[in-house]
Amino acid sequence: MEKILSELKPEGKGNAMSEIVSVVKMKIGQAGKVVEIHGGAGMSSRLENLGIRVGEEVKKLNQQAMRGPVVVAIGKSQVAIGFGMATKILVEIVEEVFDENSSNG
Amino acid sequence: MKILLMGNPNVGKSVVFSRLTGVHVIASNYPGTTVEFTKGSMHMPEELGLSGETAEVIDVPGVYSLEPVSKADEVAVEMLKEGDLVINVVNATNLERSLNLTLQLLKKKIPLIVALNLWDEAAHTGIKIDVEKLQQTLGVPCIPTCAITGEGFKELVSRIKEARAGEYEYEEKERWHEVGNITTEVEEVTHRHHTFREKLADASISVWTGIPIALIVLFTTFQIIRFIGEGLIGYVFEPLFENLWAPLMLKLSNILGGDGFIHDILIGRLVDGGIDFGESFGLLTTGLFVPFGAVLPYVFAFYLILSFLEDSGYLPRLAILADNIMHRLGLHGMAIIPMMLGLGCNVPGALSTRIMETEREKFIAATLMAIAVPCMAQIAMVIGLMGKHGAVGLGIVFGTLFIVWIILGVLLNKTMKGESMEIFLEIPPYRLPYFQGLVKKVWMRIIWFVKEAVPWVLAGVFVANILYTLGIVDVVSRFAAPVVSGILGLPKEAVGALLLGFFRKDVAVGMLAPLDLSLSQLATASVVLTMYFPCVATFATLVKELGVAATLKSTALMIVSTLIVGGILNLVIGN
Repeated sequence: MEKILSELKPEGKGNAMSEIVSVVKMKIGQAGKVVEIHGGAGMSSRLENLGIRVGEEVKKLNQQAMRGPVVVAIGKSQVAIGFGMATKILVEIVEEVFDENSSNG
Repeated sequence: MKILLMGNPNVGKSVVFSRLTGVHVIASNYPGTTVEFTKGSMHMPEELGLSGETAEVIDVPGVYSLEPVSKADEVAVEMLKEGDLVINVVNATNLERSLNLTLQLLKKKIPLIVALNLWDEAAHTGIKIDVEKLQQTLGVPCIPTCAITGEGFKELVSRIKEARAGEYEYEEKERWHEVGNITTEVEEVTHRHHTFREKLADASISVWTGIPIALIVLFTTFQIIRFIGEGLIGYVFEPLFENLWAPLMLKLSNILGGDGFIHDILIGRLVDGGIDFGESFGLLTTGLFVPFGAVLPYVFAFYLILSFLEDSGYLPRLAILADNIMHRLGLHGMAIIPMMLGLGCNVPGALSTRIMETEREKFIAATLMAIAVPCMAQIAMVIGLMGKHGAVGLGIVFGTLFIVWIILGVLLNKTMKGESMEIFLEIPPYRLPYFQGLVKKVWMRIIWFVKEAVPWVLAGVFVANILYTLGIVDVVSRFAAPVVSGILGLPKEAVGALLLGFFRKDVAVGMLAPLDLSLSQLATASVVLTMYFPCVATFATLVKELGVAATLKSTALMIVSTLIVGGILNLVIGN
């Protein structure tokens, strides 16, 4: 997993236009566009069924301590994703959300 | 005619089902409440222009897609071949998610009608759907409904006759795209600020506030259950039995001549010339008092609170918080559902292990539940028996069981092949439980308890009397003495209780009462009774759910771990 991440992640900080990270690495409150899902067909279609598809935007709501599940908002719903699964979802950060009250969708 | 109710998980299919058929099924606010097909029938009223015949309605467990990703999905998809008509229950608060399945159903060319359920909630959250436009686009009838209050149902039923195979055509790989287009076309969303419920929703899973809230919820839950249970027993059920039922039984005892076989079976033995509901042990005395006087109040209290938690939507949040611990036991967060249900009664607990994805997880969840989760009937009796000695005894019993639960889970996770699955679930919004629905659900569970438990209690009391009369308990006691006394430190009279534990745990705990056990012996016996074997009803469910081989494996684990844990307890706290 780490390998894939390092391949995709642009080296050096300042020069990249946008940052590609896994959902696990996203900051809480950050929104990102799903760019890649590294998983078998089974996992991809499970994610797809709940609306997590390449091109969709997810917002990270929180993450439980010690490799716990990540909760993201997608459209009008919230989805809890196990840590391992969340490492396989790569997103391109689109905006930093500071406003508590804003909701996406 | 066969009507299938299909839709995503947690969109209210079971409530729709209850509305249509009058058959009440358990519905909750989390995905996966329905793990079995429930069948019912509905009358097709002529005054609404229908045939006047009776149709069969099937509540199909929720699926997101007709491309199955789990075994449960496969079964649901298989079911589609048998249906004559599908009522597609759609979540109006999340149209996009739901339409994916709708489009797939349209391709199956089966007569279809769409119920836009949760319509009221959609309106509340600022979602407006142009029903007319949606209807035109899809080419099938679409009816806004609110299953909980029954709004829209008359229209839904009367338009069943309009259901037809849709003509909507699309490229398979463009499906999500199409879904997106339709949604944008028909849906209008007005922005709303965070409501209190949404803030609460965030707080109950966030890192800093989630765990404290969970602890408060669990502690309060426990307190309320005890308060209601103890109150009902102390002020209602015990007085009823003591003041009304006991004199009647004494009269009957006189009529029967005070002793003899029939007297002993019905009334049991008199203690100091009176009825002692704990010790007399007749069918009409202890046999009725245990289920109705001692256990039912707690069962009622438990199901009241559990049903409230289920309907509110808190349980999936608890699952997220518990996910971490559950992974160490080879499970994931949703495994708290079988554990919570098991606390009420192990039978529904075992059934609900179906929400686990793999055989491995099902086995671990069912085994842990059967070994270390005592049912409310047993808990009620243990509290009744040991509560008077203060919290220490109860602490030892429940503390030991909790430790066993953790250690056994870790061991199973380490030794069994395979990995644990990841939690992956949609978190439902908080909903204020609908009062009438809640009452109905608690009532259903109480009726279920009375039907399932009381016959076993009576059978247990009856068999115990026979076994004692025939001297069989004595014979078994002699054989079992080395184990029961030697390892567990219990008197050989406790063997009778252990034998009865196969029938019912509550009666078995009740049989410990006359034995004059010390507090540590009571604690050991209570732990052993929980662990060594599930009651017959649970055992039968395990066989059905896990198969014979896995159940035997699970049983072997129970016996071995009981001897180890009982032995250790005896060494540590025994005299």
